[in-house]
Amino acid sequence: MSKKELIVREEILGSNKKVAAEIREKLEAAGVLVVNLLSSPGSGKTTLLERIVETLHPTHPLAVIEGDIETERDADRIRRKGVPAWQITTGGACHLEAKMVGKLLPEIPAETKFLFIENVGNLVCPASYDLGENIRCVLLSAPEGDDKPKKYPKAFASADCLIFTKSDLIPYLPFDLEKAGNEALDLNPRLRIFVTSALKGRGIAELARYFIESRVNMIQHQRHA
Amino acid sequence: MHELSIVASLFEILEAKARENQATKIVGVRLRVGKLAGVVPEFLQTAFDSYKQDTIAAEARLEIEEVPLKMRCRKCAAEIEKEDFVLVCPSCGSTDLELLEGMELLLDKIDLEV
Repeated sequence: MSKKELIVREEILGSNKKVAAEIREKLEAAGVLVVNLLSSPGSGKTTLLERIVETLHPTHPLAVIEGDIETERDADRIRRKGVPAWQITTGGACHLEAKMVGKLLPEIPAETKFLFIENVGNLVCPASYDLGENIRCVLLSAPEGDDKPKKYPKAFASADCLIFTKSDLIPYLPFDLEKAGNEALDLNPRLRIFVTSALKGRGIAELARYFIESRVNMIQHQRHA
Repeated sequence: MHELSIVASLFEILEAKARENQATKIVGVRLRVGKLAGVVPEFLQTAFDSYKQDTIAAEARLEIEEVPLKMRCRKCAAEIEKEDFVLVCPSCGSTDLELLEGMELLLDKIDLEV
């Protein structure tokens, strides 16, 4: 028996990253823009998605993957809009992983142009897992408070876009939109910021346009690559 | 609290490396965990100690090296090491900073018995 020191220097989540890269490559080639939505529970991901679905469907075919600990509820809400949706129930796990998304790829209809993935409600763990998305959106609702970006830096630092939700409630709350936006920009100067209210329809058209333009950029970038 | 699934991914690598090297035992594991890796070292330790039971690493000691945030200012080239995550260059005030270290979650080294 002898001892051996083995230098590895390997990323522990390397296998997730690898699967995510495969998903991104495959879907980019098929012209599908993938959006990963992450935020704490109750910040309005599903309701925002319903408004986005109403705006894009059926002109821009889309599909939705819903992640939750339990229940089929969110996928049912999206299906009611006439859009294909799959529910991943993690049975307790606090985040989605790339291989869970990968398993669903064969079911995505060929005409799909946008795939929205609603992560498990959690502002911590989902930030560590690439799902093969092109755009990562972090949501912050007014009732959560304007101090969240620096309390949960990884979610905000790793996102491409910050979506303020429930903005119709801001007049009734001590929520400083500018302060929250600046805190997030301190962490991540390249963040795109949208202010939305799913209830009043505010900011939804701008957000839908951002997704459409991002897909166009993705396809153009591919042609030049 | 995704430390247990991180440990599960870690064991996939550990078991593969042990097989490749025909090891009889893993006696030590060293990780490098960035300040911004989004994991709590204490939880990782607890998850490791419960997961290792009845595996090839049952007697392994886990060592976690915490890596502070290290950034470089793209404007004035200053290198900055910080505990908290405020990305403004203390030398010139620029926000154009490049993150060099502090995001990593690496399996650095394994001690094997072969």
